[in-house]
Amino acid sequence: MMTADTSVVEVTLESDLKKVEVADEISRRVSATAGFDEDDRQKIEMAVHESLINAIYHGNKNDETKSVYVRYQIYGDRLEILIRDQGAGFDPDSVPDPLATENLLKVSGRGIFLIRAFMDEFRVESHPGVGTEVTMVKKLNSNMKNNQGGSDREHEGHNTPS
Amino acid sequence: MSMKATTRQVDSITVIDVSGRITLGEGCVQLRQMIRDELARGNKNILVNLADVTYIDSSGIGELVSAFTAVSNQGGQLKLLNLTKKVHDLLQITKLYTVFDVHDDEAKAIASYSKSAGA
Repeated sequence: MMTADTSVVEVTLESDLKKVEVADEISRRVSATAGFDEDDRQKIEMAVHESLINAIYHGNKNDETKSVYVRYQIYGDRLEILIRDQGAGFDPDSVPDPLATENLLKVSGRGIFLIRAFMDEFRVESHPGVGTEVTMVKKLNSNMKNNQGGSDREHEGHNTPS
Repeated sequence: MSMKATTRQVDSITVIDVSGRITLGEGCVQLRQMIRDELARGNKNILVNLADVTYIDSSGIGELVSAFTAVSNQGGQLKLLNLTKKVHDLLQITKLYTVFDVHDDEAKAIASYSKSAGA
């Protein structure tokens, strides 16, 4: 299901990893509409992609009876993306630093790091028994931002790059 | 849109030409199986050509790391060839660029095995 007006696009996806490609395409279109350049469009697409995989694979555990809700909101100066799953939630600060020497050759654990690197804000709110909400913000004209984990995020207690 | 990969032999080096998307699921599984098959055949010097990779996610990066480790554990070498800007940037940001031996010229990449591994 997808509804759209001038500034909001909402999508509800089944917990099927094949649906992530659908969202990739929507992310590309929405970020182009919002006025982002190619470089930022790719970053937004990848941040949403990684967050959706977390929601479907880790949150909803591929349970097809559970869904993932995605909302893109275009503002004059930014794009806000909310992704809500029906899983148990997670603490992003508990994810080991993938850049640490001992973790460099680990197969997984880079998704959250990439989201933080590519977006200006990243917040996670877990509601036990209900689900987890991830909010990501990309500001227009944020190209000067250091892309090694971001530098000006405003989240509460989640500002340690991992 | 999905991943495709073919292998060819250049001297004693196995070159895997990958195209499409290396993402969680099919793409990663296919690449993993391919590396396993080559190792099972005794081909331990592998060059992965990523020139036509259109998209790679964190799981795809993890799969490259897994392949690197599997090949190294067998006493071989896995190197990367022709990174796209996207893949290059991702390897930089994840500090993996220094882990992999990365080349942009196939002949030189092939020659580098004989220097470093006596292939």
